[in-house]
Amino acid sequence: MTSQSVTTTAPSSGPSRQTIFVGILLVLALAAPFAVYPVFLMKGLCFALFAAAFNLLLGYVGLLSFGHAMFFGWSAYITAHAAKEWGLTPELAILLGTAAAAALGAVVGWLAIRRQGIYFAMITLALAQLMYFVALQAPFTHGEDGIQGVPRGHLFGLIDLSDTMNMYYFVLAVFVLAVLFLYRVLHSPFGQVLKAIRDNEPRAISLGYQVHRYKLIAFVISAGLSGMAGSVKSLVFQLASLADVHWHTSGEVVLMTLLGGVGTIFGPTAGAYLVVTIQNYFASAGSWVTIIQGFIFVICVLAFRAGIVGVFAPLLKKRGIEA
Amino acid sequence: MGDDFIVETKNLTKEFKGFVAVSDVNLKVRRHTIHALIGPNGAGKTTCFNLITKFLPPSRGTILLNGRDITNTAPADIARLGMVRSFQISAVFGHLTALENVRVALQRKLGTSFHFWKSDSSLAALNEQAEQLLEDVGVQEYRDIPAGELSYGRKRALEIATTLALEPEMLLLDEPMAGMGTEDVARTAELIRRVSKDRTILMVEHNLSVVADLSDTITVLKLGKVLAEGPYSAISQNPEVIEAYMGHGVGSHA
Repeated sequence: MTSQSVTTTAPSSGPSRQTIFVGILLVLALAAPFAVYPVFLMKGLCFALFAAAFNLLLGYVGLLSFGHAMFFGWSAYITAHAAKEWGLTPELAILLGTAAAAALGAVVGWLAIRRQGIYFAMITLALAQLMYFVALQAPFTHGEDGIQGVPRGHLFGLIDLSDTMNMYYFVLAVFVLAVLFLYRVLHSPFGQVLKAIRDNEPRAISLGYQVHRYKLIAFVISAGLSGMAGSVKSLVFQLASLADVHWHTSGEVVLMTLLGGVGTIFGPTAGAYLVVTIQNYFASAGSWVTIIQGFIFVICVLAFRAGIVGVFAPLLKKRGIEA
Repeated sequence: MGDDFIVETKNLTKEFKGFVAVSDVNLKVRRHTIHALIGPNGAGKTTCFNLITKFLPPSRGTILLNGRDITNTAPADIARLGMVRSFQISAVFGHLTALENVRVALQRKLGTSFHFWKSDSSLAALNEQAEQLLEDVGVQEYRDIPAGELSYGRKRALEIATTLALEPEMLLLDEPMAGMGTEDVARTAELIRRVSKDRTILMVEHNLSVVADLSDTITVLKLGKVLAEGPYSAISQNPEVIEAYMGHGVGSHA
């Protein structure tokens, strides 16, 4: 969180260690679909983006939202509907879903942001349940069936996304851009105020900051990017369903963020892949998956509270890498 | 005469359920003086303080800042009017470095605090000014250390540097010496005296002796009411004040 002091004191000859570290991760991400099932990777990326957006709120503003599925799920519906019924190109369908989530985030945030802790969590949960029932009843969501057979379409009208590899690199590009954007938000004048508010809200007020406005902007950004994750997911699986707006999904993103390491850049990604891996590879275990997840969560909380990345972050930081 | 007072309260009252914490307090803080608000535990000092800084809404009464009614002004807006408070528990941003702490106070002026798309390297323009402020309070060597890792006395010094960054005409200090060793108390007293130049300071203190030679005017509160007001020489002779401080012993605390 004090990266600028670290990076300025790090030796500046050649590319910084941070650049090399990120470069290695990027190469791994580019090569991954040749070794691992691409759809699994894409699912991981969607949830990683979702968790990263959620982490902005939990890790850097200190607000625990328990209703983020409403942004994820509703964007999925809107993108799916726009792509299938209106024939929008994928990038426009995703942008529409993202904008809708940001707008919904502005309303929900405006209602919830004045409360803290458990009250904030309860308000977001209540509003998410409300949006769940709207999704259940609204005709265009097709209730229990969801919107199926969503066409992936042609990116910019040119690149055929029904090709799995094309789709993977598109999802990866969206993910990288979104994470870069989040990184910039955290390392901006705005991010600086956000961290100050998280550290000591009354003091930030006494310095003249209208903290609610900062929290609301952070909430809208978080909601928008959560929506983007949902939008992309609906194109990957060609499906938008009730599962995406269900409170389970809200809980899952909390789990991913905490497991990976709250308040770190790469933690949510690690957490998302861990949870998605458990779900995929233990799928045959049926409902036991939940128990396995719970067990891992308990171990994490007991053994390394800072999360997977959170444990290694201090070590990496000494070497000039912000994890 | 009216203009001589920077802060004025009129019949300021705060009631909590069935209990009056502050009752009809009429306080007048003269410009360019150090004014101390003292009293035994539970006298309503901190409540009074929170009312003036708008962190608590008053039940009755009005508060004037430079003759302007601020009774219903939001706490964040008070800072913009030139009145900045400190906190009893040292209020620093623990994960930010000392430099960043001061810079957070400075950066509001830049008008880019909502710019989430801009790099924070744009804040480097404020570094020089921030470093000067750190130097003023003697913590410049800790500029890159997270504030949470500083010693108690240095946190308080950093807090004062952060407050000064806003160039307030009025400072409200909530027990600035609380929990400090003798050495830090002397250093902080010196710092307060230094920053009081061209400024007005209202400070809450538990001990009369701490503020004895620092303050121009002392207001003694007891059970939410003003017991006495005046310079130390008068206050310390007041039998009611001596009575209120019985067992504490006026002047025996260092």
